[in-house]
Amino acid sequence: MGVEGIGARVARKEDKRFLTGKGRYTDDMSVPGMKYAVFVRSPHAHAKIVKVDASAARGMPGVIGVLDGKQLLADGIGNLICGWMIHSKDGSPMKMGAWRPLAHETVRYVGDAVAIVVADSVAEARDAAEAVVVEYRELPVVIDATRALEAGQPQLHPEAPNNLIFDWQIGDEAATDTAIAAAAHVTEVTIHNNRLSPNPMEPRAALGIYDAGDDHYTCYTTSQNPHVARLVMSAFYNVAPENKLRVIAPDVGGGFGSKIYIYPEEIVCLWASKRTGVPVKWTSDRTEAFLTDAHGRDHVSKVKMAFDANNRIIGLKVDTVANLGAYMSLFSSAVPTYLYATLLSGQYAIPAIHANVRTVYTNTAPVDAYRGAGRPEATYLLERTMETAARELGVSPAELRRVNFIRSFPHQTPVIMNYDAGDYEASLEAAMKAADWNGFAARKAEAERRGMKRGIGMSCYIEACGIAPSAAVGSLGAGVGLWESAEVRVNAVGTIEVLTGSHSHGQGHETTFAQLVADRFGVPLDSVNIVHGDTDKVQMGMGTYGSRSGAVGMSAVVKALDKVEAKAKKIAAHLMEADESDIVIENGELKVAGTDKAVPWFQMALAAYTAHNLPAGMEPGLKEGAFYDPANFTFPAGCYICEVEVDPDTGRTKIVQFVAADDFGNIINPMIVEGQVHGGLAQGIGQALLEGVHYDASGQLLTASYMDYAMPRADDLPSFQVSTSNTPCPNNPLGIKGCGEAGAIGSPPALINAITDAIGNNALTMPATPQKVWAAAHAAK
Amino acid sequence: MAKVTMTVNGRQVSGHCDDRTLLVQFIRENLGLTGTHVGCDTTQCGACVIHMDGKSVKSCSILAAQAAGSTITTIEGLAADGELHPVQAAFKANHGLQCGFCTPGMVMTAVDMIRRHQGQLDEATVRAELEGNICRCTGYHNIVKAILAAAAEMSGARVAAE
Repeated sequence: MGVEGIGARVARKEDKRFLTGKGRYTDDMSVPGMKYAVFVRSPHAHAKIVKVDASAARGMPGVIGVLDGKQLLADGIGNLICGWMIHSKDGSPMKMGAWRPLAHETVRYVGDAVAIVVADSVAEARDAAEAVVVEYRELPVVIDATRALEAGQPQLHPEAPNNLIFDWQIGDEAATDTAIAAAAHVTEVTIHNNRLSPNPMEPRAALGIYDAGDDHYTCYTTSQNPHVARLVMSAFYNVAPENKLRVIAPDVGGGFGSKIYIYPEEIVCLWASKRTGVPVKWTSDRTEAFLTDAHGRDHVSKVKMAFDANNRIIGLKVDTVANLGAYMSLFSSAVPTYLYATLLSGQYAIPAIHANVRTVYTNTAPVDAYRGAGRPEATYLLERTMETAARELGVSPAELRRVNFIRSFPHQTPVIMNYDAGDYEASLEAAMKAADWNGFAARKAEAERRGMKRGIGMSCYIEACGIAPSAAVGSLGAGVGLWESAEVRVNAVGTIEVLTGSHSHGQGHETTFAQLVADRFGVPLDSVNIVHGDTDKVQMGMGTYGSRSGAVGMSAVVKALDKVEAKAKKIAAHLMEADESDIVIENGELKVAGTDKAVPWFQMALAAYTAHNLPAGMEPGLKEGAFYDPANFTFPAGCYICEVEVDPDTGRTKIVQFVAADDFGNIINPMIVEGQVHGGLAQGIGQALLEGVHYDASGQLLTASYMDYAMPRADDLPSFQVSTSNTPCPNNPLGIKGCGEAGAIGSPPALINAITDAIGNNALTMPATPQKVWAAAHAAK
Repeated sequence: MAKVTMTVNGRQVSGHCDDRTLLVQFIRENLGLTGTHVGCDTTQCGACVIHMDGKSVKSCSILAAQAAGSTITTIEGLAADGELHPVQAAFKANHGLQCGFCTPGMVMTAVDMIRRHQGQLDEATVRAELEGNICRCTGYHNIVKAILAAAAEMSGARVAAE
């Protein structure tokens, strides 16, 4: 590696603009004539709309227009869709209820959009929105997914009787039942995975600009995948054909999944811009974000794990109810199925697995992928069950895991996944050593003398990233392919632009993608620019989520670089009258190996564009593109250890140390990878200790601000000890596995295992607030 | 509508705004200084922290009219002559930012924190002082590291100068 190449700890190219206030986020955009939108939202969790009366609002100061759902329907704007088809075990397709961008008949959760007000200022739009009189007829409400399945409960969508969206299964039920019947020991637990709000610090925003001269739309929006947004808005929502719609996701302030989806607001802003004749900008406030950004998790699962007399797992049976909220969000169906149940083998050789998953409508915000998406739910379920089993069987948690580790690869699990590479023992060893696991007993005794209860817990996770190949995910129901595109443009002076369909919203692609180029051609990082996030610049791409940008997005760049390199070598060979097989590229020069003959990179590039002296028949220019479709998922894995002290008087948990030992495959920039782990850990620890979305029985959101929803703050967290021991992924050219979600996936069970170890009571649910921990600690006495 | 005049980043500026206009709205909308961000509605997140008469203030918690006559520094005014302020440089060197949205508020908070403690900071103090700034990307690990590094550098420079 060079100082700026693959593996180098390079400071980020994008930092300067963020540090000096020059970042350009959607709400920072301003165009001539721009006006401001505020949405009128349902205050009820379930109601019929009797009448929308905007007459008073239309006459208020500064108001340009008030538009409602009937007008939207009349203009032919389509329903929001879920893009992943799941079939129930009886063969029937999932029951998708209609989701209108502006409701005109029924509202189904608090925050459901009913009308849009456009005015000269946000304040005037807000005043007018309060003057829109919507007459509702309230309907009964159901919040809890398990209850929503019971007879006699309120029904959300006529398409989905009993609120059941699908009843899906995976694995061999008969073999699993047989294993459980023959087991020496069966551990049975009920696992709750709490509902979370993703909370990127930048609230969602959209700026819709309709140009009547060209009948063309431009949408600035807070998206992790602007091309998918354009595709879906064109193909399903009838906003405009793709060639008449440009989507730009400029700097985006975090996503964590919640900015994958196409929400009502961007569609409505585009439509309202045409209707009102002015550019329309909407920016969510934080309460709107809590109400309407897709939530994550919210599973309840009954688990049976069967062991033989040697403590080997012989069967795992899972029955999960997943709450999908009031409507099916874009990828919602995939999360509790193919991103969850396919990971239920964890790091363990389990011969028989069966999972049944029922997804349910309730009068709550839509639920979709949030950092980890299904894999945190699988990991929490497995690792809490393993810990419980170790305690029941009287063996150490490390020993129980070791006995069951998969040790040869490739490994076919009973739930689709074929693990390609890994060394689970290595990360377990690394984590136990870093945490001084063997010294814990002494530390516990010391804490005891201070009146504190000390506990230690581990979690061994596996996840699947870079979901692919496209044909395989298509056969599982995906509505899109999950490849990535790249284009490498070498300019006449030798500087380079890389266009990618990946999107950076904190991941540092402008640096890491450029490192690939610096590594390949020996050119300075400063001479390489990464272009992303604009459908007019990048032809097509699938965006950034599921830790896919390294494994898939960078692999596409590598393929395009291969083509550039091949042509560059041909040009250089021609210029130096050498054989192209003798050309090597080093330190920004194309050299004839073993001689002192060399052509600087810029001179070769200039030759490509002057075209005065190119090989016969060669086209001028130097620009190559590639689409990369991976052969398999990647499988990052690792071991996390958490040590806590619980104050028995207050129930307060203090994290004494948190150790992460990960296997991410090859690493482009260790500094950025560590940052990804830190951030993931904070979100996982937030889930385990602090965070939880709560609705009351009438469907009112009780946690709709930072004064009510406990975000992790600096003094809630420790500094982390992170390390990696890597086995390269054999299925992509860079050997990358992905690192974006691991922290959020692996950490919650480590923490809860540690707290329950400390207090001597295994019955504890997330978030483990002081009140709950105190009660559990005292119940254990 | 009131006319409000103040000094922002060394320049005297005036603007007309509604009485209810918050200082952060005045900075973003009237002055076009979009580096100061709005991340919540309840003065919790700290993305809007600026310096008012030398002290860090959440610019969403004060009306523009209340800031009339004051001297304001925003994130755009921190780097002098194109050189990053030591706190900005430390955030870059320590990877103390990811998406960048909370960053301006974090940096402005950190500058004031280091000033108040005269560079004498430890990890626990930094974490406690960051209570009013929320970051969702970094887990705070590298933000804390960056602030400690900047504090050490700045107090070293101060000692050297004395």
